[in-house]
Amino acid sequence: MPRQAKAVALISGGLDSLLAARVVMEQGVHVEGINFYTGFCVEGHTHAIRKKDRQRPKRNNALWSAEQLGIKLHIVDIIEEYKEVVINPQHGYGSNLNPCLDCKVFMVNKAREWIDANGFDFIITGEVIGQRPMSQRKDTMPVIARDSGAGERLVRPLCARNLPATLAEKEGWLDREHLYAFNGRSRKPQMALARQFGFEDYAQPAGGCCFLTDKQYSVKLADLWQTRGTREYDLDDIMLLKVGRHLRPRANFKIIVGREEGENRFLEGYRKRFISMIPTSHTGPLVLVDGEVEPDDIELAARLTARFSQGRDAQHVTVEVRHTDGMTQSLQVTPMPSEAIPGDWYV
Amino acid sequence: MAPIIVDARNLLCPMPVIRTQDAVVKLQPGDSIKVLCTDPGVLHDIPAWCRVHGHEVIDIEEHEHEISITVRVGQSG
Repeated sequence: MPRQAKAVALISGGLDSLLAARVVMEQGVHVEGINFYTGFCVEGHTHAIRKKDRQRPKRNNALWSAEQLGIKLHIVDIIEEYKEVVINPQHGYGSNLNPCLDCKVFMVNKAREWIDANGFDFIITGEVIGQRPMSQRKDTMPVIARDSGAGERLVRPLCARNLPATLAEKEGWLDREHLYAFNGRSRKPQMALARQFGFEDYAQPAGGCCFLTDKQYSVKLADLWQTRGTREYDLDDIMLLKVGRHLRPRANFKIIVGREEGENRFLEGYRKRFISMIPTSHTGPLVLVDGEVEPDDIELAARLTARFSQGRDAQHVTVEVRHTDGMTQSLQVTPMPSEAIPGDWYV
Repeated sequence: MAPIIVDARNLLCPMPVIRTQDAVVKLQPGDSIKVLCTDPGVLHDIPAWCRVHGHEVIDIEEHEHEISITVRVGQSG
């Protein structure tokens, strides 16, 4: 009896990867899932920070997909290695700072390393020709297979019949007749297949899974790189870009203003790394000051902190400033009027 | 034997799951691990991860903004 082939499926949590894995499982292949955490993944940190979001259902869609499929899911932290993809993408960015083609090459390459290390035979992705303008085109499919080093060991079950036969077909692990020929941006074939498999309540597909596709987020990241004079970042940097209001009053510093209790609590964790401010005479936000600052910068930041407090219309607001060495000072400042804050201070 | 402690406080999902996964891979079936967290997303994600890997959540405690989840390692690793 021939041995059971083994495949690892890239599971994003969306519908396509769910279906692709299932199509291969239908043919008797042992499938396990792999999910890569870049630090820019939308689900995850979107759950936790804002208090108003805490009432939303909290589920990791990749884990949910694995449960639907009844397979193991290996979640891999690629934050450090992924920096090179974001900072220096060989194939360039999409409409924002999203390096989608390089990202796909990178992830398939990581999956290739994983199957080599774990004795698996091939890799499954949910790619569909024509589905995405940058990374899922007829001409990029061979680029991903080639540049990742996966070559014929990369199987796209949802559009396989539009592509040359892979190793899995040549070895007889997969029957081409039971693979699919989806093409283009329409989601109807996937939705029909989902119904056929009995999948309901799957995550809404397309876009949306990576902060780098978000225009506002990309603007903040570009601002961070520009003002630091380097395109480096760490995990804290990219997490903070999605929390609070960001205002850059001067080139040498910006402030991050908590918008509500959940964000204030999250920002609390950074008070040893940044100068922080909090109004003490009135209810108000926790504010972090990011940059090298002089005393007049501190005063400006304190006036902005007062502006976002309940004392915004008061004559004076007392703001406690805590420095990174733990020293504190108390400043009495006049809140900056809203109309005095130029629109381009908002990053 | 006392559970191994994994400190995943101030980390947002899925990092607490990854820390759990990385610790469990070094343990034997029957061993236990206690994961300290602050992200409420773990209340869903760590049990879900345990279900797909055959591990068992044996205790969940919540104190104000801290959550601890104790997991017993299953056979499948």
